Amino acid sequence: MSYQTITDQPELLDHGPSSFIGKYIWSQDHKVIAIQYATTAIFVGLVALVLSGLMRLQLGFPNTFDFIDPSNYLQFVTMHGIIMVIYLLTALLLGGFGNYLIPLMIGARDMVFPFLNMLSYWIYLLSVIILMASFFVPGGPTGAGWTLYPPQAILPGTPGHDWGIILMLVSLGVFIVAFTMGGLNYVTTILQARAKGMTLMRMPLSVWGIFIATILGLLAFPALLVSAIMMMFDKLLGTSFFMPAIVSLGEQLGHAGGSPVLFQHLFWFFGHPEVYIVALPAFGMVSDVLSVHARKSIFGYRMMVWAIVAIGFLSFVVWAHHMYVSGMNPAFGFFFATTTLIIAVPTALKVYNWVLTLWRGNIHLTVPMLFSIGFIFTFTHGGLTGLFLGNVVIDLPLSDTYFVVAHFHMVMGVSPIMVLFAAIYHWFPLISGKMLHTGLGKFHFWVTFLGTYAIYLPMHYLGFLGVPRRYFANSGTEFIPESAQSLNASITVSAIIVGLVQLVFIYNVILTLRKGKAAGANPWNAASLEWQTPQVPPVHGNWGNKLPLVYRWAYEYCPPGVKDDFVPQNIPPEDLIKSDDER
Amino acid sequence: MKLAIVLVILVVGSVIFHFASPWWFTPLAADWGAIDTTINITFWVTGFVFIAVNFFLAYVVYRYRYDKNRKSDYDPENKPLELWLTIITTVGIFAMLTPGLFVWAKFVNPPDDAAVVEVVGQQWQWGFRFPGKDNVLGKTHARFTSEKNPFGLDPDDMLGQDDIIVDNNDLHLPINQSVKVLLRSKDVLHNFAVPQFRVKMDLVPGLITNVWFKPTQIGAFDILCMELCGVAHFAMRGRVVVDEQKDFEQWLAARPTFAETQNQTLGDPKIGQVLYAICSGCHQKNGEGNGALNAPKLAMQSSKYLIRQLHYYKQGVRGAHEQDEYGKQMANMAAVLADDAAINHVVSYIATLGNGDSEREKPSITSGNIDSGKSLFRKCSVCHGHQGEGNNALNAPRLAGLQDWYLKRQLLNYKNEVRGKHEHDNFGKQMMLMANMLNSEQQIDDIVTYINRL
Repeated sequence: MSYQTITDQPELLDHGPSSFIGKYIWSQDHKVIAIQYATTAIFVGLVALVLSGLMRLQLGFPNTFDFIDPSNYLQFVTMHGIIMVIYLLTALLLGGFGNYLIPLMIGARDMVFPFLNMLSYWIYLLSVIILMASFFVPGGPTGAGWTLYPPQAILPGTPGHDWGIILMLVSLGVFIVAFTMGGLNYVTTILQARAKGMTLMRMPLSVWGIFIATILGLLAFPALLVSAIMMMFDKLLGTSFFMPAIVSLGEQLGHAGGSPVLFQHLFWFFGHPEVYIVALPAFGMVSDVLSVHARKSIFGYRMMVWAIVAIGFLSFVVWAHHMYVSGMNPAFGFFFATTTLIIAVPTALKVYNWVLTLWRGNIHLTVPMLFSIGFIFTFTHGGLTGLFLGNVVIDLPLSDTYFVVAHFHMVMGVSPIMVLFAAIYHWFPLISGKMLHTGLGKFHFWVTFLGTYAIYLPMHYLGFLGVPRRYFANSGTEFIPESAQSLNASITVSAIIVGLVQLVFIYNVILTLRKGKAAGANPWNAASLEWQTPQVPPVHGNWGNKLPLVYRWAYEYCPPGVKDDFVPQNIPPEDLIKSDDER
Repeated sequence: MKLAIVLVILVVGSVIFHFASPWWFTPLAADWGAIDTTINITFWVTGFVFIAVNFFLAYVVYRYRYDKNRKSDYDPENKPLELWLTIITTVGIFAMLTPGLFVWAKFVNPPDDAAVVEVVGQQWQWGFRFPGKDNVLGKTHARFTSEKNPFGLDPDDMLGQDDIIVDNNDLHLPINQSVKVLLRSKDVLHNFAVPQFRVKMDLVPGLITNVWFKPTQIGAFDILCMELCGVAHFAMRGRVVVDEQKDFEQWLAARPTFAETQNQTLGDPKIGQVLYAICSGCHQKNGEGNGALNAPKLAMQSSKYLIRQLHYYKQGVRGAHEQDEYGKQMANMAAVLADDAAINHVVSYIATLGNGDSEREKPSITSGNIDSGKSLFRKCSVCHGHQGEGNNALNAPRLAGLQDWYLKRQLLNYKNEVRGKHEHDNFGKQMMLMANMLNSEQQIDDIVTYINRL
């Protein structure tokens, strides 16, 4: 047998923590930790959202806002990027949903290392505090761009080159410690703690996505960790890992012999898998939401699993497509363009399979479903523009322009966030026992979906034109027409609207928690295991006195010959009620 | 239903936006049509997939909308369909990739007849070097870099002596001649990008990278730095001017060789003193300037800057704008200096003036807030120095000691495009971008009040 079940523990419920602090602060319960992770991540995400609003104000209406200057503009850009990618998306998808869903979906009582799990959250919180502290140190946070490229990240001429960059690097290091604790836990739990009958090929795609993403993270984050340590040495000890001989602002520096391109290789060896660390859990979760709300089994489950595995593997051999114009040996372009475009094949198959899951289904346009279908649209768009940038020679004109900004926001900003909202609306009844308000949810969806497209579709065209990214002001160029400024203004207006409408979502959550209507058990009639707990919301230990037994995959919707339109994973075959025509 | 309609509208709207959009690639000005062709192939393939997938999605959302009397099909897998989709996608991907790789092969192999020119980047300016008569660029190293030798050429390398130095943001190139541009950075990462040429490449300190193209259109094209290089990244602009061959040669012949820049005879202060007599009428005997005569202080100012400004006045780059009343006066006076040697003489004399025992002019602006000025000055100090001492390596003049009314007038001139707009005012263009950040007269007053205290 490939798994070892945890022995049933009849007396387990007596062991739950009873004090408030034990239950909600120093909790070792994966569900509480998940909520802690999610709340913290959403809070920093809101900070990053405000930062993006500030930078959009400058771009849309230059010379209007006195408090925005080139220094803090770059600081806004940098902190927005790094927070969104790492402290929001990675933390919310893996620390939040990973923590919540893994034990429930595979039929475990908790993570296999609950104490480590708790530590993981508190260390993550520490990394967030260090990061936020950089707003309050002399010189402010680093403005080196989220890629933190040396030499400029640690040289005068870049905002936050003293304290800001040090706190940034320390915070990343601490985050990686937290991630490693959580990540080892997820992988071990998935491999060791599955319920009897829950074979790997019966796991929901959410778990597959989180599983592979976590493995990617465990392999990729060390590259970031070492580059952070090396850059810290360059900054504090005067080593020259990334620093060649330099004349900075007229002054000779003591460094010699280092390679800035080395940092880029290390960074993107982490940075590209990072895209999939965010994308794969989102792929998995959206698959589950689509299947439940279309009342149809996921199309091509095995293909979906292998696509996740293949994408995960390929994501380690495409990193230098971020570096086509970095000055690395240009011959690498042939290899990395080929691998990059090959990765589009499994990715495209996933899109086809999502649409084919809906095909001949019975589609309930609930709020989670709206967000999921919105995701298919935004992800298709973002994926296709990736074919431009991946095709090395097309990257020459488009690299470092707004086309890149538009592309990665569509594919790893808007798309995962559409899934995150789908997931929150979908699993909120399980987490809280209450159903989020549908009307507010639909309003939230429509403004977010249409608003983000109004932001990013035109932005691609600024990129075609050649407008460079990370520019505080575009005036004084011959080739950028006046009309580009009005386009920028309209993008800013859309961005502000989309930003504000997120308050409706937060209002919805608060309102629902305070006086939302009870959702009852399994309100969506989902077949997967997390909805089959004896209590809703699930209590400490998840499964009461007996661990569930699993008899089938997680997508048994409308199987022939069965009366109900879904069959939960843990219903024994003999308990099924046959449909009328079979009787 | 609503969602299906919206999806269709989004697809149709995107197509309409595409065709109606005035924002598209700039007209090509180099021999890189092959890149544009590759883009078009990718555009049509991906465009087709975008339309097809989303129309099908919209159809499915409409056709299989919820109906309480219907049950979904149970159809978990369909091997032939999955296989066909895999094959079609793979074919489409390679249809886009293959031409791209052929064009890339062309990009990585510059033609043998390409002329060589070096681009040197630094925060936040461009410089250029041509190989000179021997057609070989001399060796360089960071340790040789100094104010006099800004590109860090090895003074003992004979091959470098005839190299032609262009220490400003304007690069001239001849039309229809392939150029292999060698890229070198003195400090941080930069990126040499000219949108009309399509190609770009990073400048990496410690490495020599390259990019090649063949300009095919006469005209001036913006050079932009496209790799974040610090706080004034957005102001790191230059120009490529594509000339007819003979115009180019004429331009090149007027640039100094490295040897010439090293052996440049500084002016003779004795001769300069005689010439200065006419300046002292307004700028005063010790170069302290005179507010009543609208004459700024000259003493202590960087010689490099003074020489540049005198040239600008003589060439009509500065003091030619009709609203630049006092600049026009100065342009007339600069015309008195007969040649480069005269300029060098007079500037060398000014350099001997020191701070003198001249009294500092009383501040004329009293409404400035010094604290606000101090915080505003932070962005200036990156180039002009924390004490406003200036930085020749960045071509940033000294500000400390300059009269507040003069600073204010210049900031307003930059803001109102009276100064810095001229196509040959290389560094003025950058200062325009910076001055634009000051949004009100009050801010200007604040900042000059602060500088006045330095």
